[in-house]
Amino acid sequence: MAMLLLFTLVPFVTLLSAALQPVGSRPRGFEWPSNPQWGNFAEAYRVGDVAPLLVSSTLIVIGVVPISLLIAALAGYGLASLSIPGGRWILLLFIAGLTIPFESLITPLYYQMRSLGVLNTRWAVILALIGLFMPFGVFWMRTHFASIPSEISEAAEIDGAGPWQAFWRIHLPLARPAVASLAILLFLWSWNQFILALVLIEDPSMRTVAGALGAFQSQYETNIVLLAAGSVLIMAPSIAVFLIFQRQFSRALLEGAVKG
Amino acid sequence: MYAAFVLWPLIVSFNYSFYDWNGITESRWVGFENYERILTDEDQLNPIFNSIKLMGFFTIVPVAVGLLSAAILNDLRSRFLGAFRTSLFLPQVIPLVASGILWGWIYSLDGILNQGLSWIGLGSWTRPWLADFDLALPAVGVVGAWVLTGFCTLLLASGISKIDRNLYDAAKVDGAGRIREFFAVTLPSVRREIGVCVIVTMIGALASFDIVFITTRGGPGRETLVPGVHIFRAAFVEREIGAASAMAVILMLLIWVLVLPIQRYFQRDLTK
Repeated sequence: MAMLLLFTLVPFVTLLSAALQPVGSRPRGFEWPSNPQWGNFAEAYRVGDVAPLLVSSTLIVIGVVPISLLIAALAGYGLASLSIPGGRWILLLFIAGLTIPFESLITPLYYQMRSLGVLNTRWAVILALIGLFMPFGVFWMRTHFASIPSEISEAAEIDGAGPWQAFWRIHLPLARPAVASLAILLFLWSWNQFILALVLIEDPSMRTVAGALGAFQSQYETNIVLLAAGSVLIMAPSIAVFLIFQRQFSRALLEGAVKG
Repeated sequence: MYAAFVLWPLIVSFNYSFYDWNGITESRWVGFENYERILTDEDQLNPIFNSIKLMGFFTIVPVAVGLLSAAILNDLRSRFLGAFRTSLFLPQVIPLVASGILWGWIYSLDGILNQGLSWIGLGSWTRPWLADFDLALPAVGVVGAWVLTGFCTLLLASGISKIDRNLYDAAKVDGAGRIREFFAVTLPSVRREIGVCVIVTMIGALASFDIVFITTRGGPGRETLVPGVHIFRAAFVEREIGAASAMAVILMLLIWVLVLPIQRYFQRDLTK
């Protein structure tokens, strides 16, 4: 048990210790610096131009998450509660999509985005992510709506509510926990997205933080101290958000796995 | 949206895979030649085998270690349980790119791994791990195990916590020891969770990109090349769109062929 904990945490400690050595020095695996250089973080922040990156990542998340949630909720509701002709087939199509790796679609996506004229803009990543998150999002929301007893819809119908009204007034408010969990997952997956950002956006400063970190790495490969400081900076927001929403995060990740 | 950005590219990918195209000039229809090249050339098959080898680290280690520690975790009544769970989740939350850089540093010549080896008197074992032809792939595998073990532990622990305590009491009455108990009660009860772990981690191994790209870029040579990195290199460095697309299709089919039967297997007994 303690072994597992050590195995998990030691890498973080050694990264932090490297980040605090004097810039330009050749740090050893682990030695607590006699004179911790907290200024390294400021230096990495400046050199790596982190501020616009955070903005860029945030923009991408804002572009992806709300639209995905809305479409996933609508589609999930439709597939679960309304009897749509061919609904079973549509659902199967989405389930098949759950296992498609991003790499398998990356080449055609590149040329598609180019012909749409959005290559090298954030829209390329946003549009692609919304599409790629659909199988999981729809499946997730359908599972939730299917678990709602049909008496609720029937009661709404008797009160004269159409399916549209029933969705907005009754089902969506009831689905808030499911939507919240999905939002957390989509946030995490967009924020950490690497390959799409790498391929679809040439300018690192417009990518996600993860995508930019890749560029930072190839640029400062030999400057371990700065690279370590930069990595810590990039991890910090994810970890901070995780610690704040810890309970919801753990639930979302575990549930997400079981349902997916 | 799904149709536009998943299904359509999927069809396009199939289509590309029958052509010889560099992305700029006219493309040329070559039929199944791209597939033939991949399936007959050892160099081209290599990434697929590498990703299957990675499964040992991405799947077997996390599930085995996860089961063991989840069983222990569940008996543990500690004030630190919360902090413990938080720590185990951390590798899952940070970007995989950051994990890659982190481990690149650990494996480097001055990294903690070599430092530790020298310290316990195994100085002759030190090496730049990720540049070693025989050890680079296992080294990358360990990174995957690091990312996924905590996740599997917590998923399995949440499964174990749902088991009816009466089952354990019944097992005790029947005279089962701790180990018998584990195999007779715990293991069958978390069948579904084990299935999820196996599937998630298998897809993780087959579709790995971020970790490999950041730590080794597929090198040294082609020792750690996996299908994801191969597709990226073929499509965007060597500009062989047809070959990249054929690999993309093969990767997708491979995942279906391997994952679907496993999913069936783990869900079947559930309905009995």
